[in-house]
Amino acid sequence: MKKRGYATITFERPPVIGAHAGIVGPKEGEGPLGKYFDQIYEDPMMGEKTWEQAESALQRKAVSAVLDKGGLCAGNVDYFFAGDLLGQSIASSFGLEGFCRPVFGLYGACATIGEALILSAICTASDMAQTAMAVTSSHFASAERQFRFPLEYGSQRPLSATWTVTGSGAFLVASGKAAGGNLPAASHARITAVTPGQIVDMGVRDSMNMGACMAPAACHTIETHFRETGTGPDDFDAIITGDLGYVGQDILIGLMQKKGFDLKQKHMDCGIEIFDRSTQDTHSGGSGCGCSAAVLSAFILPKLETGQWKRVLFVPTGALLSPVSFNEGKGVPGIAHGIKLEAPGA
Amino acid sequence: MDAKKYRDYVEQVTPKHSCFRNMCKAFVSGGLLCVIGQGLTNIFMAQGMSMTMASAYTTLCLITGSVLLTGFNLVVPLVRFAGAGYLVPITGFANSVAACAIEYRQEGMIFGVGSKIFTIAGPVILYGIVTSGLFGALYFILTEISVV
Repeated sequence: MKKRGYATITFERPPVIGAHAGIVGPKEGEGPLGKYFDQIYEDPMMGEKTWEQAESALQRKAVSAVLDKGGLCAGNVDYFFAGDLLGQSIASSFGLEGFCRPVFGLYGACATIGEALILSAICTASDMAQTAMAVTSSHFASAERQFRFPLEYGSQRPLSATWTVTGSGAFLVASGKAAGGNLPAASHARITAVTPGQIVDMGVRDSMNMGACMAPAACHTIETHFRETGTGPDDFDAIITGDLGYVGQDILIGLMQKKGFDLKQKHMDCGIEIFDRSTQDTHSGGSGCGCSAAVLSAFILPKLETGQWKRVLFVPTGALLSPVSFNEGKGVPGIAHGIKLEAPGA
Repeated sequence: MDAKKYRDYVEQVTPKHSCFRNMCKAFVSGGLLCVIGQGLTNIFMAQGMSMTMASAYTTLCLITGSVLLTGFNLVVPLVRFAGAGYLVPITGFANSVAACAIEYRQEGMIFGVGSKIFTIAGPVILYGIVTSGLFGALYFILTEISVV
């Protein structure tokens, strides 16, 4: 494990993503990626009494699915790195309490899965742990309640607004050493480098245009990663941001162009992929902690595991919006974390 | 790129709803709502009610209708089309109160419904009362000095 330059860390013995699961709600299940998710829950309440409990259930089910797939029990997980969008991260606390394992609660808005994967990778690569579980979730209804209006309130959403994904993604990161169950296996994608992102605040005061809030942070992280690893867009099969949406994508490509990098051919965005905006009325795309996590598990990792892709740069993006600071006149800062994922044996 | 330039750039590239089209939709749907209201008033007056009484019953019907639509979650698709045409009349106000009542019910009758029911409508009520007070005072002064 070695730090290169300002932020990037590379791994000589890369940790692997052993098992993973992406589970979603009904709207996501009807989207273009519907067939790839592990589980689709038709009841957005998940059989619970409140939206917050439903989101906790999403995390719980995602983790359980990963444990099943990995042939492990909760006792085999050394640490949990978890987060969500709700105040005091209650989706994680109530979702994970039953597993009785040490938990680090994280907040990085919709980029939280990046933070969780980076910390899991560092933790396992440094032999502090053999396995770490990175898990995040979001729920449309609980996020609307937290950040915007009650669900039944009639308001017109601007075209730049995104739709919070109801979903959760969980990833069991394991060190190269034997970790029990079927880990590690030769078919697992590897985390070969990570670039933790810095907070970038351009003073954007539009909480309904998250793509514009996050694009400068994504640009900063991607550029830093390229510079510190001596790579460029051509070295990757895809550069995949979290939830910039259509508006953020245009801005990111424009910003990168100015830095001398052409992302046009290589850029993908989880928020754009998860919904069909022409039929699902999702405007700029999907967003939320669960968006990039569920898409990573259902769509990106399988492409690496089957060798269809050799190398991708996964850049979950977060808009650090707080209704309090926003009302007090502050802008919405952005953050983005870079994770270089490689196919097994690439 | 400095922050100011960036925000200008964002302004340029962010797509927006057509203001003219929204205004047309609001005009048509708001007008339709008024026609319904007028129809109700006429029906009530035909039953022998006075104008004042018929207006009060009309308001009551529109509020009840909007609250019921909110409960069945039908306001969101309606507003997607109608916009201000639904939100500006009393129907929008009823929706904002009912939506909060439903949403915060889970947090209990006191700390949930009780303290959060006017989360959206609160500013309208507060500044509505304050403004009417100010104009009342102004009207009083103007009548005292015989301007009006």
